[in-house]
Amino acid sequence: MSTLKDTAVGSTVKVKRLNGDGVLKRHIMDMGITKGVEIYVRKVAPLGDPVEITVRGYELSLRKEYAELIELE
Amino acid sequence: MSFTIALAGNPNCGKTTLFNALTGASQRVGNWPGVTIDKKVGRIKGTDSQLVDLPGIYSLSPYSPEEIVSRNFIVNERPDAIIDIVDATNLERNLFLTLQLIDMGRPIIVALNMMDEIERMGDTVDVEKLSAGLGVPVIPISAKEKRNIDMLVSAIETVAENGTAPKAVTYDHAIESAVEAAENALSGKVPDESIRFYAFKLIEDDSAVNELAPGARDSISSTIESLEKEYDDSADSIIADSRYEKISEIVSGAITRAPRDEKGSLSDRIDRIVTNRILGLPIFIAVIAFVYFIAMYDGDLGTSPGAWATGWLNDFIGDDIIPSVEEWCVDNGVSDALTGLLCDGILSGVGAVIGFLPQMIILFICLSILEEIGYMARVAFVMDRIFRYFNLSGKSFIPLLVSTGCGVPGVMSSRTIESEADRRITAMTCTFMPCGAKLPVISAIAGALAGSAWVAVYAYFGGIVLVIISGIIIKKFKKFAGTPAPFIMELPPYHAPAFLSVAKTVFDRSWAFVKKAGTIILLAMILVWFLKSFDWSLNLLEEDQLDDSILASIGGVLSYLFMPLGWGDNWELPAASLTGLIAKEDLIGTLELLIAEPFDLDISDALALMASATAGKAADAMILSFFTFNMFCAPCFAAVGAIHRELGDWKSTGFAFLYQCLLAYFVAVIVYVVYSAMLGGLDDVAWYSIAFAVIDFVILAYFLVVKDPMHPFDKKGEVAE
Repeated sequence: MSTLKDTAVGSTVKVKRLNGDGVLKRHIMDMGITKGVEIYVRKVAPLGDPVEITVRGYELSLRKEYAELIELE
Repeated sequence: MSFTIALAGNPNCGKTTLFNALTGASQRVGNWPGVTIDKKVGRIKGTDSQLVDLPGIYSLSPYSPEEIVSRNFIVNERPDAIIDIVDATNLERNLFLTLQLIDMGRPIIVALNMMDEIERMGDTVDVEKLSAGLGVPVIPISAKEKRNIDMLVSAIETVAENGTAPKAVTYDHAIESAVEAAENALSGKVPDESIRFYAFKLIEDDSAVNELAPGARDSISSTIESLEKEYDDSADSIIADSRYEKISEIVSGAITRAPRDEKGSLSDRIDRIVTNRILGLPIFIAVIAFVYFIAMYDGDLGTSPGAWATGWLNDFIGDDIIPSVEEWCVDNGVSDALTGLLCDGILSGVGAVIGFLPQMIILFICLSILEEIGYMARVAFVMDRIFRYFNLSGKSFIPLLVSTGCGVPGVMSSRTIESEADRRITAMTCTFMPCGAKLPVISAIAGALAGSAWVAVYAYFGGIVLVIISGIIIKKFKKFAGTPAPFIMELPPYHAPAFLSVAKTVFDRSWAFVKKAGTIILLAMILVWFLKSFDWSLNLLEEDQLDDSILASIGGVLSYLFMPLGWGDNWELPAASLTGLIAKEDLIGTLELLIAEPFDLDISDALALMASATAGKAADAMILSFFTFNMFCAPCFAAVGAIHRELGDWKSTGFAFLYQCLLAYFVAVIVYVVYSAMLGGLDDVAWYSIAFAVIDFVILAYFLVVKDPMHPFDKKGEVAE
């Protein structure tokens, strides 16, 4: 199972499913990360975490621990 | 007609700019009941309608106080209409909130903002198609250029007057039948007009709806099971997915995007450098150093504008205003008591705080420019990795930095942290950082410890360590930590700062500071002046009669409290600590008056003499203990007032105050004993100090290590109530 956490910078991936508990998952979905959406991994912060992605045309940063909850196709 | 209009929208979509454009200067800022979130209300220019600014939110889930406030306002206060401001350059995510607002059943229009940006990028939006897709009026505007604002006002008044509820946006058959089942289950338990909103939330298993209508979700469990089976996903995912699918459908028909520049937009190019893997940290340090140099630096390299202006104002108040007021009083036969109150109490006390104003204004200007151009979000992005180690997020960095100048704006700048938990903890702990007023204390103590340069390092490093320790400890108390919010943060595009909006932010923050100095500090000053100027029979004392003052006897009582710290025997030190609550530099003023001036010594020598007379070989440890307590105990009243404003109630503020004092006390005892031992002066340390140090160490270690300190025997990792 590949997740957003392991995705290399510069690649574009597609979301298959979200794991995790209610609040966190809800928040991730509210920000537009839902099934089938394309995510472009832009960069990783200087200290290795969080990551910055482009989703639905805007920039979002999230910690790797949450990126791990995003399962990819 | 006078209507109540709510303004809703995502963060970073230009909501504040639109609010200002609509209301002009006629706004009142308060807090929403029960939470420390700004509530802005203003009259819409040219009408009698009032505009209520809801907090910037991404969704209407019940997980953050901002979302709850917005939800409750719409359901309970039933605004006559809602303006939903939407960022046209970020349409999909913005419309996610729109769809939920539409379900709430209040009359609504969409203000499609940032149309100037859209044009600049060469995109086009078919407003009519968008409006048809959403089933609500859409007005294209530019809040920044004040474009179509009149059109928006007349549209919202029409909608409010007609009171027409928006038509529901519909989804797949399976979802619609689940909604119908949910609506039946909720019927009579929630307001009819918003039932569709609640139905979706019931399907999503929203905790607030479950509380409103207990058992409702169980009664539709079979419907939800079959829905989840059909889509092979959880119900909340299904709803979010279908909403976004619907949005994609509406948006793709309405927007035509021009081809993008290969190299990316200017914002992309800036960002590539600023948050670059290698350059990111150096650039960040350079920016922060620059701000610090402009606002606060005063040293070998010269004097910064901020430090110069503050020095000037301080001198002006101290050397010009106060003496001339004093002279005037004497000339006009004002009684000694009143002159003392006016000059020693009010003017020098409030003046000491107001003196920091120029420095703070410069700091506020720098910070709000960084905020405006979008750099603050990048600061959080760069710093998050470090701060997460002690349970905070990258956003806590700025308050800590500002606090090294003054704790009041430091605490105030914690307001920009969205997560309530992080905001509260940051507000409670950022005053551990040594502020400008603590600098005179640092230099006096460094003098008393034979000019040791490490005293300043100790103060800054100690401050950071205490913030870290507190982050770990306080997060274990659910009540004070608030609800944790995950660090998922939008990084808005960079843009040039708008002069007016920077000016307004700077003015608002500075004014809040001045107001504080004028109220809470004023009262505190009067109280302490009273305590040190009178004895118990209310005789006005001369300056050399301080030993008889009420303050002295309070200091005498407090002495016992500070015995374990090694400096309780001298009532002057606890009394000085007490006046330090008014302003940390007052501590020096009090010591000057109590132990230095009468013996023609400077404070450092007086302290050193007093310590060696009292503590023998442990003298330096006693001074360090005194220093430690005063550096890290509760800040001045002004900062306590600011903490109260951020925490929202006196109970939490009291907790913060006690927590800070206790932690400082614990650490000071431990430092006293350990440093005495290092100096080989343990023989001069009282047995109870050693006992206290051991106990305090155990308590601190316990709170740091045990997962749930209030319920250590519960097996589950639940946090304490």
